[in-house]
Amino acid sequence: MWDYSEKVMDHYKNPRNVGEIENADAIGEAGSLSCGDMLKLYLKVNDKGIITDAKFQTFGCGSAVASSSILTEMVIGKHIDEARKITNKEIVDALGGLPPEKMHCSVMGHEALEAAIANYYNEEITFNKSEDIVCNCFNISKTFLENEIRNNNLKTLEDVINYTKAGGACGRCQGKIKDILNNINSETKKPQQLTKTQMIIKINNIIEQYIAPELRKDGGDVELIDVQDNKVMVKLSGRCHACNRSQLTLTHFVEATLKQHIDENIEIVQV
Amino acid sequence: MINTKLIYLDNNATTKVDEKVLEVMMPYFTQYYGNPSSIYEFGGKNSKAIKEAREQIKEFFGANSAKEIFFTASGSESANMAIRGILTSDKSRNHLITTKVEHPCVLNLHKQLEKEGYRISYIGVNSAGELNLDELYNAIDEKTALVSCMYANNETGTINPVEEIADKVKSIDSKIKVFVDAVQAAGKIKLDVKNTQIDMMGVSGHKFHAPKGIGALYVKSSVLITPLIIGGHQENGKRAGTENVPFIIGMAKAAELAQSSLNYESTEVKRLRDKLENGLLSKIYNARLNSCAHKRVPNTTNIGFEFVEGELILLNMNDYGICASSGSACTSGSLDPSHVLKAMGVPFTALHGSIRFSLSRFTTEEEIDYTLEKMPLIMEKLTKISPFQKELKELKARKGII
Repeated sequence: MWDYSEKVMDHYKNPRNVGEIENADAIGEAGSLSCGDMLKLYLKVNDKGIITDAKFQTFGCGSAVASSSILTEMVIGKHIDEARKITNKEIVDALGGLPPEKMHCSVMGHEALEAAIANYYNEEITFNKSEDIVCNCFNISKTFLENEIRNNNLKTLEDVINYTKAGGACGRCQGKIKDILNNINSETKKPQQLTKTQMIIKINNIIEQYIAPELRKDGGDVELIDVQDNKVMVKLSGRCHACNRSQLTLTHFVEATLKQHIDENIEIVQV
Repeated sequence: MINTKLIYLDNNATTKVDEKVLEVMMPYFTQYYGNPSSIYEFGGKNSKAIKEAREQIKEFFGANSAKEIFFTASGSESANMAIRGILTSDKSRNHLITTKVEHPCVLNLHKQLEKEGYRISYIGVNSAGELNLDELYNAIDEKTALVSCMYANNETGTINPVEEIADKVKSIDSKIKVFVDAVQAAGKIKLDVKNTQIDMMGVSGHKFHAPKGIGALYVKSSVLITPLIIGGHQENGKRAGTENVPFIIGMAKAAELAQSSLNYESTEVKRLRDKLENGLLSKIYNARLNSCAHKRVPNTTNIGFEFVEGELILLNMNDYGICASSGSACTSGSLDPSHVLKAMGVPFTALHGSIRFSLSRFTTEEEIDYTLEKMPLIMEKLTKISPFQKELKELKARKGII
């Protein structure tokens, strides 16, 4: 039994705006019958670009119906360009949360909305081109995956399966998904351009939060002396100063911790 | 839940413990709690109680001797004990045959064995869920150690001709062992293992009104298996661990009751199942029968509701207090729909909307009538939400409903 929020239960029990709009100004589709869920979204847009009506038809589970239903409520009354800014996270928040395994239902809602708006503007949908399909079970492209990984800050394979379903059936594409994740996550780890002062504050915070308390447990301590480019000068004191393993402490603990939290290229210099 | 009514039609998942079973178990918790291995009478008489229970389970399997019965903690343990037990006792053979529609306790064990270097042949089924027997026999080679085949399928209720399979397999090569997972057959149809060439058979108590956490394995006296759990001398050295006395006593009582109601199962339970099945198929135009096998256990039916998703159906049934299961991907958290229905080639229009109803001797006519009254209302509501209005309309027209 899923742990659905009150709001989700309300929306699948009493879905709002079910049906079809004849002469809709925009129609968007996401998912398919064979994949186990599908959503068709219809929008009526007036000459000022305001969405005056929205209806949906969904083939899917309770949370898919709830995501679709609340999405129609969210877009009605909004300008189409405002509606375009709605993210799948906002759908989840409006529902009072979704179980992790059901996040893909909100992604499907968002995808149908994007498709409908693209349809309104006669644009081509940029994701899910057949040439770069990664997951054949659910017909999911690399572009789509990259977008969802970035937008939702996904870190693990499990996250990707929960949000997009990709890799969740036969599992053959899991290696490819991990590669895409690694590529994106290594991008985001690139050093940010910080001023020297910002860098010093950041390093000091990490030292105070993670490093110094550990050293103090053993009667030692560490002090930041200077920062030059990627070189961080520190001074060990107390029992660390006299310890013959102080070099190990520096590289395996101090440097590793700073690398993990700030920048892969940091180099520790003992002064 | 809107409703406090409970209509339990998910007896292939688990069953209610029979009051009479609970009654015989109770004294063994606080009164007769001695260890059966102890020398004094307070413990030793529990050993006698277990001996009687083993006799009862022997009768249940239709086995020759109580020495062929081993108590386990579940159907899954019985399957693991049988399959692993055979492989470690004879290492000269490295090929296994099983079916694509086995319960995960057998199927995933084979996938694991595949990783460990065994060759596995997975045998398919036809659209009724019946095994491709020729495919099975043709898969046998000189390295085949074991054929594992379920007696009745948990999702569709389809009965496999396990006796015939055992005969044929042995006629091809008498050294091949045959394991039958009888978890979904036990208590629904008569087991008669002594008159067959089946080597091992597993059952699980909670599928026939005993509590969860107790199972049994039959191993023919001529068959040697290596134990999974090593330790004390319990279960004739084949399964260490102090005997679960109250649960063993409970399962024996449940087996006795199940045996005496086999006739009721094949008449009254079957009548109610057929009433439910025929009622759903005639009242709901997008319903199709997924398992129309010639031989089925009397309590199970699997209906596909086309163009509607299974979890949504179950959630709406829950609002009326009706409990059943779905082969839909969404209910399990896995994203893949039922491997059984997929192997049968159930069309994907119905695959995600498949519901299994499973009855028991406690199911009443009133419950079936109530279900038959509510299901059409649920379908009327849910088909309106479906994006496949055109397809549904065509389906309606095909069934002659305007």
